[in-house]
Amino acid sequence: MSNLVTASTLSAENISVWFGERQVLEDVNLVFPGNKVTALIGPSGCGKSTFLRTLNRMHELIPGAGLAGSVLLDGNDIYGPDADVVDVRINVGMVFQKPNPFPTMSIRENILSGLKLSGRKIQNADELVETSLRRASIWNEVKDRLNDQALALSGGQQQRLCIARSLAMNPKVLLMDEPCSALDPGSTRRIEETIGELSESMTIVIVTHNMQQAQRVSDQTAFFLADENIPGGVVEFGRTEDVFNNPVDTRTNDYVNGHFG
Amino acid sequence: MAETETTQPKVAVRRKLQAGPLSRGDKWFFRGISAAANFAFVLVGLILTFLLIQAWPVLQAQGFGFIFGSTWKAEDGAKVVMQLGPMLWGSILIAITGIVLATPMAISFAYLIVFLLPKRIAKIATTLIDLLAALPSVVIGLWGLYVFTPVALHWAAILNRSLGWFPLFHVKDPSRPLTDSPFLAGWIVAVMIVPIITSVTREIFSQLDQGLINGALALGGSRFSVLRRVIIPNSAPGILGGILLGLGRAIGETVAILYVLQLSFNINWYSILEPRGGAVASWILARFGEASPAEFKGLMAAGLVLFVITLIVNSLANLIVNRSKANR
Repeated sequence: MSNLVTASTLSAENISVWFGERQVLEDVNLVFPGNKVTALIGPSGCGKSTFLRTLNRMHELIPGAGLAGSVLLDGNDIYGPDADVVDVRINVGMVFQKPNPFPTMSIRENILSGLKLSGRKIQNADELVETSLRRASIWNEVKDRLNDQALALSGGQQQRLCIARSLAMNPKVLLMDEPCSALDPGSTRRIEETIGELSESMTIVIVTHNMQQAQRVSDQTAFFLADENIPGGVVEFGRTEDVFNNPVDTRTNDYVNGHFG
Repeated sequence: MAETETTQPKVAVRRKLQAGPLSRGDKWFFRGISAAANFAFVLVGLILTFLLIQAWPVLQAQGFGFIFGSTWKAEDGAKVVMQLGPMLWGSILIAITGIVLATPMAISFAYLIVFLLPKRIAKIATTLIDLLAALPSVVIGLWGLYVFTPVALHWAAILNRSLGWFPLFHVKDPSRPLTDSPFLAGWIVAVMIVPIITSVTREIFSQLDQGLINGALALGGSRFSVLRRVIIPNSAPGILGGILLGLGRAIGETVAILYVLQLSFNINWYSILEPRGGAVASWILARFGEASPAEFKGLMAAGLVLFVITLIVNSLANLIVNRSKANR
């Protein structure tokens, strides 16, 4: 932990979310401190993925999307009047459930794609490609075939390529939406190791359905729950050990012990 | 003896399995379907045979000159020379002009419909653009002549004034009005093929993996950079297929072009604003009424050439569109 870089703090304040007229989240307050990994857990449809998408302004791409509250990155509201969406998405990177490398681009082009897409200048391209791939622990596997199509990689490698692609933008925060749910156990383990390494230099929020994974990778855990006609919200939020071993709320206890969900 | 027979290993006979008719009614259904399918083949074959029989003497007499030469003399008495070159090249020049004008429009429409407009309005827009494809070409020709020509003439004049030094926009005599040019014909053709390219592109866009687009937006992409770097590259084969389908129609276009183009055997290679050009189909239509029996055969030969070109272009288009669909 010697090379620890103090990372940004992201905090969500009084977040409520709507799809059209339907409210799906109510009054979520969570703080994601720098260098910490936070796991968001809860049954399907509880709004945890939707919440994640409010943290880098991806939620607003859905027609009819609505939001109340604010998300502060080092104290600045990413929904504020001066906030630039492109800057927000660069500072808060995202890795999706299904690996989505760009099929028409090579491995190398995939790494540089964010800079091109956002119209940023590319400096020291070779170095950036190598560092990004190294940070995502995939450099050794692809260093001899950087010009191959990204789709030639296995699913797990594709996902690590997508992580590397996000890292190339040098984000302060990395959001991960069930990044391992489409992967085999071996690939999952490697990505979990990568998450641990990355937390030395950034803030990570991960949505997961896998209880063991949440316990393995995260420092703190938020348990989301929704009910019929009741929008989702955070039932319990605290240190991961406490949430899993010593939950305050009985619903949390039932969920982490597999009684429902 | 019987026992030795039973100890011999049984060899299972391999049968060919085929999904056949499931009932007596199915049998008739199958026959009807295959008759309809065969009818289409037979019809195309018959047309091709008819054209070949009519065209053969002309093609034999004129040789390759029929395609590459540029003289058309078919009056009675004189030696008949029929060479289609300028009309053939004219068709291609107009088709290319039309496609260059239509493709950006079609991609914009498709993008609007699939990614930007609310569903209800997108549906209406789709219907309207498809309606454009259903308009008879005479109507588009008349609209082009009376309504659109004055507008396009204005654009042509601007192009000639500002880019006249470039051969493509050069005109020999700029004092003459820029009517009857491949540029005008190209616009008319563009209007006619926009619906085809739009509908193919729309289809391809809507089948795109939304995950790719979200991924690109999450990396800080703008709407335009995502279109340019992710959406278009991933749809390119399909769009190309749509363009080729449009090309097939553009090359075969007849009446509408006749209204807005001066047909000339003085070949126009590239000056799209010059008031002369060619189009095979329009030439056939223009000459048909007063053709001598000899010239009639020449026009049939022209028809054959057109038929073969459109057949090749359309087959290529279908191949590309189907392949890009299969890859998803």
